Parts: sequence; structure tokens; C-alpha cells
Amino acid sequence: MGKTEASRIVSVQAGDRLPEREFKPDNIQSFLYNAILFNAHRIHYDYPYATEVEGYPGLVVPGPLIGDWLNQCVEEWLGEDGRLQSIEYSNRVAAYTGDTLYSGGEVLEVDPHSGQVKVEVFVKNESGEVVAPGKATAQLHV
Amino acid sequence: MSGLLSEELLSTIGRRSEPRRELVTRRDIRKYAIATGNRQRKYLDGDVAPPMFHVPLFWDVVEMDRLSPDGVAIDTLLPKFPLEKAMAGGLKIDYVKPVYPGDWLTATRTLTDIYEKQGSSGPLIFYETDMHIVDDDNELVIRERTTRIMR
Repeated sequence: MGKTEASRIVSVQAGDRLPEREFKPDNIQSFLYNAILFNAHRIHYDYPYATEVEGYPGLVVPGPLIGDWLNQCVEEWLGEDGRLQSIEYSNRVAAYTGDTLYSGGEVLEVDPHSGQVKVEVFVKNESGEVVAPGKATAQLHV
Repeated sequence: MSGLLSEELLSTIGRRSEPRRELVTRRDIRKYAIATGNRQRKYLDGDVAPPMFHVPLFWDVVEMDRLSPDGVAIDTLLPKFPLEKAMAGGLKIDYVKPVYPGDWLTATRTLTDIYEKQGSSGPLIFYETDMHIVDDDNELVIRERTTRIMR
């Protein structure tokens, strides 16, 4: 079980930043996402309903779609060097179609023996508010 | 405590849904990967399912007369709560085994807890559900625990 130069474990450290990514959820993405779920919730596509009946400022970006971006943030950082084992997150603040959102994160802990890594992830909006905070555990290949 | 939760309501803790068995297809994996903006080729090609693919796989497919006027499927696992405005919730997902096209997966949901807390603007009801997803060998593939808040 010797560590090779290629192993990520030798280089990953607490405090490392996960690459940031920008998201611009639009009507097309919202349509495709709700279609594959078979989700008919009107706050996602019916603008008069979302704004006039529910009182939202716009069409709501589905919470689990934002959750998926947290998973992608961890997985893109891991690449083929590890496996996402678990993730927890919550949808704290609503986001709206047309918003620009940003995902990113930071390594919290690395166990150099087991190769287990804990990371903190987030999706933020343009004003820097965290709309979805999360934590994930991944196993780096030793 | 204002005592919003009756004995009858609390007795629904432990309620379990009928197991649902669904087939994973390459086409659905590809659709999900595209719709979520995934950039990894193995998912876009549908070779393996990305994390959270269980969300579309097990989203309730119900007939239109079972949707409420806002377009939401009524969750039959839940009792009728005295507070009805759903707030943000959280979830924790454990990915135990990878999911491939051709896999048959079975999900069972359990209502694991209901409790009340005093929020800054009034009482809140919390409920927790636990979804176990197993393969045809009855081995755990994914576990998802959710907490939802009603106000």
C-alpha cells in the first residue's frame, strides 16, 4: 500500500480550495431538469403563479439541482483520484432563474493513512450569500 | 411547547412506503447529466450514474388528479400536519455502491421522526425520512436521510 507520486493524498491538505464554478440557470435548464424528474411544481416554470400567488420574485431554481452542483463540485475536484462517499447539504436561501450562482469549497480534513477527506462546499449567489452549504466525505485512492 | 403534535400524529412515526422498483437506463442517466450541467464524460455518455441520479429515478410518478393545484404530488408517507408551509430542509446521502445502466433498484422510505421546536416567529414542526435503496441482491446502494421543516 505504498504511496506513489501519482497519489493525490500526498498533495491534498486542509485549507485547499476546490475550484469555483459559475452557474447561470435559465429556462431551458429548468425545463430539462423538471422534465427528467417529472416535477410539475409550478414555482419552477409558471411565472405568474410563482410571483403573484406564491410571492416569489421569480421562478425558483429547484433545490435538488443546487444540491447536485455541490456533488459536482466535489466530483470535479476529485476527478478519477477518489470516490464521493457521502454528502449533506441544506437549501437555505431560494435562487431564481436568471441568477448567477457560484459553487466552491475547501478541504477541512485529510486522513493520510486511510485517504479519507472531508470537504466543505457551498453554492453562493451574486451577493455572496450561501444559498446551499454542505459537507462531503470522499475516499482518495491510496 | 405548544403541543401541536397529537398522539395520533406521532403514531405515524415508523410508517413505511411500499417499495418501488425502477430500472436504470443509459438514456435517463444522459438526460439527467445534461439537465444538471454535468461536465464529466462518463455521466454524459451514461456509462455510470452520477450522484443524485436516484432523485429523478424515484421522483413520484403520479396521475394528474393526485397533484395539488401547485403541481406537487401529495406525499402519502406523511400525516396531515397542523402547519403546512414547507421551509428549507436538509439531507444526507450515503453513496455505497455505484449505479449502472441496466441495474434494477428498489427504494423504500420510512418516516423516522416528527418533533416540534420553537422558532423565532412561532412553532416549527420537523420531520425526518429515511430512504433505503437496494439492488436485486438486497445490498444497500444509496441511503438518503432528509429533514424538512414546516411552519
